[in-house]
Amino acid sequence: MDLLSGGEMLIRALHDEGVDIIFGYPGGAVLHIYDAIFNQDKVEHILVRHEQAATHAADGYARATGKPGVVLVTSGPGATNAITGIATAYMDSIPMVVISGQVESKLIGSDGFQETDMVGISRPVVKHSFMAQDPAEIPMLVKKAFHIATTGRPGPVVIDIPKDVTDPKVKLPYQYPRSVKMRSYSVPAKGHSGQIKKAVEILLAAKRPVIYSGGGVIQGEGSALLTRLTKKLGYPITNTLMGLGAFPGTHKQFLGMLGMHGTYEANMAMHYADVVLGIGARFDDRVTNSDVSKFCPDAKILHIDIDPASISKTVTADVPIVGSVSAVLKEMLELIESSEQKVDKKSLGVWWKQIDQWRERNCLQIPESTGGIIKPQSVIRTLYEVTKGDAYICSDVGQHQMFAAQHYPFDKPRRWINSGGLGTMGFGLPAAMGVQFAFPKATSVCVTGEGSFQMNLQEYATCMQYQLPIKIVCLNNQALGMVKQWQDMQYGGRYSHSTYAESLPDFAKLAEAYGHVGIKIEKMSELKKKMEQAFALKDKLVFVDVLVDPEEHVYPMAIKGGAMKDMVLSKTERT
Amino acid sequence: MRHIISVLLENEPGALSRVVGLFSQRNYNIESLTVAPTEDHSLSRLTLTTVGDDRKIEQITKHLNKLVDVVKLVDLTEGAHVERELMLIKVKASGAQRAEIKRTADIFRGQVVDMTQNTFTIQLAGTSDKLDGFISAIGPASVMEVVRTGVSGISRGEKVLGL
Ligand SMILES: Cc1ncc(C[n+]2csc(CCOP(=O)(O)OP(=O)(O)O)c2C)c(N)n1
Ligand SMILES: [Mg+2]
Repeated sequence: MDLLSGGEMLIRALHDEGVDIIFGYPGGAVLHIYDAIFNQDKVEHILVRHEQAATHAADGYARATGKPGVVLVTSGPGATNAITGIATAYMDSIPMVVISGQVESKLIGSDGFQETDMVGISRPVVKHSFMAQDPAEIPMLVKKAFHIATTGRPGPVVIDIPKDVTDPKVKLPYQYPRSVKMRSYSVPAKGHSGQIKKAVEILLAAKRPVIYSGGGVIQGEGSALLTRLTKKLGYPITNTLMGLGAFPGTHKQFLGMLGMHGTYEANMAMHYADVVLGIGARFDDRVTNSDVSKFCPDAKILHIDIDPASISKTVTADVPIVGSVSAVLKEMLELIESSEQKVDKKSLGVWWKQIDQWRERNCLQIPESTGGIIKPQSVIRTLYEVTKGDAYICSDVGQHQMFAAQHYPFDKPRRWINSGGLGTMGFGLPAAMGVQFAFPKATSVCVTGEGSFQMNLQEYATCMQYQLPIKIVCLNNQALGMVKQWQDMQYGGRYSHSTYAESLPDFAKLAEAYGHVGIKIEKMSELKKKMEQAFALKDKLVFVDVLVDPEEHVYPMAIKGGAMKDMVLSKTERT
Repeated sequence: MRHIISVLLENEPGALSRVVGLFSQRNYNIESLTVAPTEDHSLSRLTLTTVGDDRKIEQITKHLNKLVDVVKLVDLTEGAHVERELMLIKVKASGAQRAEIKRTADIFRGQVVDMTQNTFTIQLAGTSDKLDGFISAIGPASVMEVVRTGVSGISRGEKVLGL
């Protein structure tokens, strides 16, 4: 057995856990660990320029691969800078392990230099956390942290390690545990067979069914099964913002995204459905609209989720099924295939006719542009054409995010990467880095706004250091567009602190200052050509600054306090 | 409705703060809370009382169960159970009052555990209602200090909350 220090054990344990890349930033409390990193070549460390970016990069890596993202930060400000990224991962149930340095054990509680109570500060936004007391514990803590982060409903786990615990002078025998068992932590595996049977009966008897699936299907590797089930039944399906790509976005059974900025047809179908099958989705307020009493008034709700606390939290489920989506979907498919009960084809035909009528409304039609002004929606459609629908799209937060979700159909899971639950501006670029590290040959795109981009643009330097050929497409409306839209709609157009056109940087030059390429697009006529040029620069990071119509709003938009059928459809129309 | 939720918790640093944090984070209220190690020193037994409709209580128990430090829990109010709370109460007691207070304590099966010329300290165990009843029987004017442990409880019959 090898004799290792705590710091060496940590890195060795990460390697033994299958980790080959970590994102971090050094500082006093983690210097022993960084020295251990220096002396090995199994685990690659990526030096970011801000700890928030380390967490988002690890998060992007996790979302694209399904493997846990790993972060290493120092104590105090390093740890607090990581919090936003931890909360982002927590809200979207992303597996992540964050290792934070801590002051020496004997200084804890003394307001020592760079001391913060990381376990305390992170508590509401982690799935679990550990504080290492002794180097001998490190292998087991790492094992437990990964086990908890990746199983059940995934989430971030923090391991806080006091500096003395990684002391290079204290060497102990190292062995990585093969398995872990925790009496207080178990994972629901299969769903209850009786409940599944009941759900299938209701599902097959439905006259106006809708399948509503969320991020849980992607996290739970259930996309292929969901697609099989949906095609087998011939039912309409809608995805949440987190669930896009779980079912092919270009398939005719797909109604588009639902919810606040969902399509007319998806929201109408939900409202008038008689059976809603919710899978790995949590009926959150961006879907249901704020008043749940008006939500799907005629529908029986069948709800599959691995997290019992997500079931009947906001909307009461008629048939709750706690279990991993893959296991439950598999069992459902088997039942459907062997069942004598058949889909009610006649009613389904009538239902599809109704849905097709709703579709005719063409709610995502791009408003006409005059004088060569570029509509933001056209930028996304052009991006789709130029990337042939085969890119990883990492989005920031705002109008551009919604336009991307609406206008870039995803045919595969893990291609749409965005901060859905927390809505973290600044997520896009570091997430795109994480994706590019995971898949160096893939097209990793960051769709951003000039507001969001300025929240983590220091990562240009990281992209240069590691030669990441990310393509950044900025829908530059010279404003905090989403804020401005709300101010237009609810505050009489009083733009309180949402505009800053006069102080925007020259983004093309800014990219060049870091050694990247910047391209500016101002006219509709040059949009496609210049986008193609940008994407032709295969081994360069290119920032594409697209000046878009600053007056554009995202529609449809749910009417607050209404039902799902209540939507604003354009500046002049509502349902 | 008032519920008594009894939790077996890993006896680990930070475990209690996770339970308490959950309540404040999700806007649930804790009316009382007691916690101490069990005969197995790796486990603590925590009893808390909270108020809410069925939906809220269901969420509370689900979220508690999700905490990695929570091993098991039971909502005692769902079945027959015994609940007790201990109170130490210091009351003014001089002259003729003394006999009167002693008599009231006897009726409530309280014991005088300390006394001075002007005070009694009485120990009383029972349901929270009974302790409330004693305080009003004594009369709030005589009460100098009250210490209550909060409710702890156990199921009736052979049911146990164990590993
Ligand atoms: C860190 C953070 N701060 C504030 C917000 C609130 N917010 C949501 S969208 C938005 C505007 C985003 O502006 P921009 O990135 O330019 O995107 P646009 O809406 O203009 O497309 C703001 C301020 C947020 N989501 N995240
Ligand atoms: Mg903007």
